[in-house]
Amino acid sequence: MSEENRQPLLQVSHLKQYFPISSGFFNKKVGYIRAVDDISFDVYPGETLGIVGESGCGKSTTVRSIAQLYKPTSGEVYFEGKNICQASEKEMLLARKDIQMIFQDPYASLDPRMTVRSIIAEPLIIYNNRHMMEKELTREDIENRVEYLMERVGMNRLFKNRYPHEFSGGQRQRIGIARALALQPKIILADEPVSALDVSIQAQILNLLSDLQKEFGLTYLFIAHDLAVIQHISTRVAVMYLGKIMEIADALELYANPSHPYTEALLSAAPIPDPKIERKRQRIILTGDVPSPDKEYKGCCFYDRCPRKQPHCKDHIPTLKEIAPGHRVACWLYEK
Amino acid sequence: MLKPNAKTVLQVKGLQTYFKTDAGILKAVDGVSFDLHENEALGLVGESGSGKSVTNLSIMRLVQTPPGKIVGGEIYFEDQDILKLPESELRNIRGNKVSMIFQDPMTSLNPFLRISTQMVETIMLHEKGITKQDALARSIDMLKQVGIPAAEKRIFCYPHQFSGGMRQRVMIAMALSCKAEVLIADEPTTALDVTIQAQILELIEKLSNELGTAVILITHDLGVVAGMCDRVCVMYAGKIVEKALTDELFSHPAHPYTEGLIASVPHMDASSKAKRLFSIEGQPPNVIDLKPCCPFYPRCHKCQEICHVAYPPAKQLDAEHTVSCWLYATDDEKKQAIEEEKRK
Repeated sequence: MSEENRQPLLQVSHLKQYFPISSGFFNKKVGYIRAVDDISFDVYPGETLGIVGESGCGKSTTVRSIAQLYKPTSGEVYFEGKNICQASEKEMLLARKDIQMIFQDPYASLDPRMTVRSIIAEPLIIYNNRHMMEKELTREDIENRVEYLMERVGMNRLFKNRYPHEFSGGQRQRIGIARALALQPKIILADEPVSALDVSIQAQILNLLSDLQKEFGLTYLFIAHDLAVIQHISTRVAVMYLGKIMEIADALELYANPSHPYTEALLSAAPIPDPKIERKRQRIILTGDVPSPDKEYKGCCFYDRCPRKQPHCKDHIPTLKEIAPGHRVACWLYEK
Repeated sequence: MLKPNAKTVLQVKGLQTYFKTDAGILKAVDGVSFDLHENEALGLVGESGSGKSVTNLSIMRLVQTPPGKIVGGEIYFEDQDILKLPESELRNIRGNKVSMIFQDPMTSLNPFLRISTQMVETIMLHEKGITKQDALARSIDMLKQVGIPAAEKRIFCYPHQFSGGMRQRVMIAMALSCKAEVLIADEPTTALDVTIQAQILELIEKLSNELGTAVILITHDLGVVAGMCDRVCVMYAGKIVEKALTDELFSHPAHPYTEGLIASVPHMDASSKAKRLFSIEGQPPNVIDLKPCCPFYPRCHKCQEICHVAYPPAKQLDAEHTVSCWLYATDDEKKQAIEEEKRK
């Protein structure tokens, strides 16, 4: 697929999301957590962009900033060419119809006092009452849509009057997916949708997500920390570390030619469920932990843990540089 | 690594741990048997609720009673049945001979006490006559071994000053500080990131090789099992459905559940990308009031009539490979089982 002649559906440019750290009696600001620090990427219609990284690297914050659940500190998010960071409440409401989310924890993301029916119908009712649907829905329409959605995500429609606690984790995640689909969105932001699930259930949900993508022409922004899951579902993959994108490329390219030392280490640390390969391969074991994101870096933020660091990296921040078509890396190794 | 004729250090025979609930008896562990040899790493794999953790809590006799109760079986450690020992003697085994690493490094350390207090307390409890200074020196030494930088200073920190990976290292240091013969690691890396997971697994492997500790590794991650374990037991609904050497299990899974489990994990290679994942349909069963049948039959794609009627006996495929599935039973055995069920 060539990127030039397609319009991106979602464009993120120089997005920053800082959270102030306050301390003392007057809550004086003493610093910032740089959760997302100047990231830019595009998402094209019909593709799945996977974001992978360790905990605390800012994956979830990125998604929440895009959905405007946080007001970004600076930077822009364009959805279908419109800047949604500057959008009015009404415009944002319209945009949210096309941008839906699936959350990580299927236990916390559903209201325990609502029935499955009212959970899935809620977005429909909200938009219907504000006359923002293409055509006015009757109660019967809503009912039919709820039943259709439940069946589409693989749940029995007879369960619609039940409460979330009556379902297992996998079933709840299906309810969350049905809710996200209710308004026929164009893009779904999926924040670790399978990481709380068992292996066999995880496979069911991943298959469901790919089926839905084909059927409704959906675009996904898919977050996970499991590299195999990301590889399976994504068209392109972005690797994040300490709020920055270290490498972004086509999924096949990234896994075949990881170029950033961090990507290399991440891939080599991921266990492979095959004892013959697993025992033979040489691991790159990184030392130390992910540092706290409250520090400002003068150079590469991976410097402390990097096995291939050079003196130059300490005081110069690398920028994302294209090393092959569509393959961009932020590392001084690839800049002369 | 596993040597032939290795000494058996721990033997579990027909362990049954039930929980009394309002809805009925929950058979969390129902007839689990396995041996653990010297220097060996044994993997226990299964989905949540399959009874992996309860099996190991039973070995340490840490199951909360009530509601839980070990209702049957034997656990032999050094020719003693742990289940018959009085509490006072059990304390010599717990921590000293068999120690445990828990899943959640955030909650398994006491947040009010310094790391030093917690480590010294452990060592002094288990080793009679050791002075406080010696215990502290030993603790610092252990922290160094697990790779905590500036251990002399960091030992006086509180748990909240450590990151998740470092807390898990402290747990490992504590578990190994008494030179236990058996280490039970209950999902030691589930709460950690991949790069930290790689560090911790390497550490467990290195230390167990150096100290000759046998390890029981509980996990749901088949990748971790593939890299770490010599033998694997696959658990489903409180029972071990398949037991085999790791290579054998991955190359020739015999039970349809194992087969499905291995096939449903996405692989990191280009060939598996376009394909649909194999998925085991349905949900894991509710283990309350299970009928005497194969608990996997509603999800099994090789299910036969007999699977609805009786639980399959364990069948030895070769010296190290056992499976509980009717696919491998002879017709006579099936007939016999059906007749027996009818008589009941």
